[in-house]
Amino acid sequence: MAAKYEEMKKNKTSKYIIIVGCGGLGSSIAGQLSAAGNNVVVVDRDREAFKKLPPEFSGFTIMTEVIGKSALVDSKIEQAHILIASTDDDNTNIMIAQIAKMIYHVPKVIARVFEPSRMRVYEDLDIETISPTVLAASVVSDSILNEGDVES
Amino acid sequence: MKIIVVGGGMKAYFLAKNLISMGYSVTMINKDKEDALHLAKIDRATVVHGDATLPEILEDAGAHTANVVVALTSSDPDKLVICQTAARLFGVRKTVAIVNDPGNVEVFKTLGIDYVVSTVRTISSLIQQSVGNETIMNLTPVEEGKVMILEVDVNTEDPISGKQLNLFEMPHEAIIGCIIREGKPIIPRGDTTVSSGDRLIILSLPQVQSATLSAIKRKVD
Repeated sequence: MAAKYEEMKKNKTSKYIIIVGCGGLGSSIAGQLSAAGNNVVVVDRDREAFKKLPPEFSGFTIMTEVIGKSALVDSKIEQAHILIASTDDDNTNIMIAQIAKMIYHVPKVIARVFEPSRMRVYEDLDIETISPTVLAASVVSDSILNEGDVES
Repeated sequence: MKIIVVGGGMKAYFLAKNLISMGYSVTMINKDKEDALHLAKIDRATVVHGDATLPEILEDAGAHTANVVVALTSSDPDKLVICQTAARLFGVRKTVAIVNDPGNVEVFKTLGIDYVVSTVRTISSLIQQSVGNETIMNLTPVEEGKVMILEVDVNTEDPISGKQLNLFEMPHEAIIGCIIREGKPIIPRGDTTVSSGDRLIILSLPQVQSATLSAIKRKVD
């Protein structure tokens, strides 16, 4: 594995990306970023979850009993350029994102948070959040409003 | 003083009862409806049914006026979010979390939780320190086991029995802080003499605990 990291460092355009949570979102992002030439590591508690990874994924998978700091250390978080927290649990994503940002100073940290009201607490932290609820709502309302424009 | 206790099932039940009997005002929050109904049977307790990791539920529980929030839920990430929301959105001064994963003690402290307790660490150190030491009546770890409080009863055959303290050799990292003699506490000075029947309350660093004990007590094989 060490040789692989060295290779990655030489290739400046490639980034080291950790994705925590290999569900629908995590596995799709892993496939896309891996196909784009990045070094991607995916972490999950469930070995079965890695079956969701698409064929274009060529990175590593790490299975862990507990999603927490030690799993991040195992995935060499101190070398990561980007961390994406995409488990199915909002609070786990919030915790992982904070460990990445506040303890390991990962430059770019993104967390998926379903429940928008939880985000008020973390607005001042340098963590990007994606709320599928908010995204879906705006897509639906845009679609309806645009349709209205066409009719009128 | 108002305390909010989140999650915890029977632990919350007994904690709340205890705190109420000490005169605190207690509000409990529980996600599980059955648990919430059970907790509501406690006299003078307020119970909110809901997910305390959502700001609106903490608000319903009156987090604005709470002095302390204690997180006892089963998931560590939930505890973190509850304590951070309480402190950041509602200005709660003291947040307490009882964590499952001992590795989270440092994580939680770094992320601003005021008081983090690991039951695993506390119990492990209790077992480690007390197994084979039947002579210790009580052992209390302080600050995650960085300091230990030992209670030891003195018998006639023990080396310390009948000794004046300033003439008695024991490790420097331990001190006899109090002697309970016939039910009364004595704060010992150098000229105090220990006698059989005394209970010694000793403050000790864990690394000299066994050396301290072997200085005080007769060897038991």
